Amino acid sequence: MARIILAVLEQREGKLKRNAFEVLSTAKMLSDILDLKPIAICIGNNIDNLSEAAATYGITKVIHYKSPELENYSPSVYTDIISAYAKETNAEYLIFSNTSLGRDLAPRTAIRLYAGCLMDCISLHNVNGELIALRPVYAGKAILEAKINSEVKIYTIRPNVFKVKVSEDKHEAEIEIKEVSSPNLKTKVIALKKSEGKLDVAEADIIVSGGRGLKGPENFKLIEELANVLGGAVGASRAVVDAGWRNHGEQVGQTGKTVSPKLYIACGISGAIQHLAGMSSSRYIVAINKDKDAPIFNIADYGIAGDVFEIIPALTEEIKKIK
Amino acid sequence: MKIAVCVSHVPDTATKIKIGADGRSIDPAGVTYIINPYDEFAVEEALKTKELTGSEVVVISLGSDANKETLRKALAMGADQGVLLKKDGYYDSFSVAYALAKEIQDQNCDLVFFGKQSVDFDNTITGQLTAEILGYNCISVVVSFKLEGNKITAEREIEGGREVVETELPAIITAQKGLNEPRYASLKGIMASKKKVIEEKVTKADHNLTEIIKLTLPTTKQPGRIIGTDASAVPELVRLLREEAKVI
Repeated sequence: MARIILAVLEQREGKLKRNAFEVLSTAKMLSDILDLKPIAICIGNNIDNLSEAAATYGITKVIHYKSPELENYSPSVYTDIISAYAKETNAEYLIFSNTSLGRDLAPRTAIRLYAGCLMDCISLHNVNGELIALRPVYAGKAILEAKINSEVKIYTIRPNVFKVKVSEDKHEAEIEIKEVSSPNLKTKVIALKKSEGKLDVAEADIIVSGGRGLKGPENFKLIEELANVLGGAVGASRAVVDAGWRNHGEQVGQTGKTVSPKLYIACGISGAIQHLAGMSSSRYIVAINKDKDAPIFNIADYGIAGDVFEIIPALTEEIKKIK
Repeated sequence: MKIAVCVSHVPDTATKIKIGADGRSIDPAGVTYIINPYDEFAVEEALKTKELTGSEVVVISLGSDANKETLRKALAMGADQGVLLKKDGYYDSFSVAYALAKEIQDQNCDLVFFGKQSVDFDNTITGQLTAEILGYNCISVVVSFKLEGNKITAEREIEGGREVVETELPAIITAQKGLNEPRYASLKGIMASKKKVIEEKVTKADHNLTEIIKLTLPTTKQPGRIIGTDASAVPELVRLLREEAKVI
């Protein structure tokens, strides 16, 4: 019997998230190098784009556990379903995305399967048949190389790091729907409160962050305008969150969120070590700060050592011209 | 009801990390250790719950004698009793969770608070692992918490919003920044903490499922270019972002 790798796909509000496609592609990539059979599993009610997952990523089968009661996340039901399916199929590897859902669900599943679990992996590679993982620790100030010694192995992958790759293998997977009746809703989500119209730093391709150099909360409108024209999210340094200028949900750094967007624009942020730890893995970093000796310039690809109040509006205008 | 809080003792977030001689851990020389920042929110929520329900709070930490400093801090804030679970060798998250679960069971606690992650290994899983071992309910990354009788209503932070979650005791809650404003220990609290007992117990790492191969420093980026010092540099910056970086 083929050994199995399970890709656990995240849906919210009836749609697979982008990270689900990263998980699919990673499971397919690992199935090729370790000779495994890739199966995807998803829990929810109606899922609009599930057929896309089945058609284009080289997965052999997609299992959809379905119930109107499972539209929202429930830790207890999700754990029950995934661990039961993994046991039934003797799955050897499970891949989750390192999102709020994956971070909650992967460890619970790990105990049920007595499986070691490595979180927030940024690289997974095969060394003599063993999967070696790299994961940032100390908020990215160090990199840990680790492996799992249990029979069943669980990995969560950092969003925005693993590539989404359409498979050359055009075989369309079967979608198997399993109706779930009377799920174990011991712990359940009864409501979602969305931050209106705001893009979350953890999910954004572009982040514009502000720090103390903005001088006051009212000046964050400059940051918001720039983020807006770029279609990006607003981030903040710990100093301004602690001062109460911005919400903690926007904080980037060691006691906030660790992010890796393709573009990070740091405005009026000097670059304290705990901030750098949370954003230094961004693909491109732009720093705007009047102090040319600020540590942020040491990791920035491009810098302007000048006044944020002059440069940010000019940058917003310049980008409007090209959009 | 008895409440437990599990706390870890970690390098200050301002620490510059150096790799130790074994190549698998950090060099502790010159490093200041503090109570894990998220655990302060956990301690505060336990104390608030204690004040509302008249329960007792036990604070548990796994590590070495050095962890007593962190335990004392929680005792000074108002926890009643401390337990130091002494480590014997390397513990991965699973061995940590099994050791904590045993102590929580021995102490007969049905409400337990953790920080949502330790700022050293950033695993974000110890609370959830411990809950599953004990068969407790669990809500992670909590920014709002309410207990009425046996019923818990909490809000957990997710990407772009919050989930409102309901469950019942026994339960484990992992605390996120924003849950509360941790109190400062008063002078009276500090004096009183000196009389409080820290019980020491021996543990074993008998569930290590993962293994550290090595710890390295990330490759440092070459510093980039300073394009200019005023708004006249903006068109060049936009050109570089479009043509060189291709990110906008």
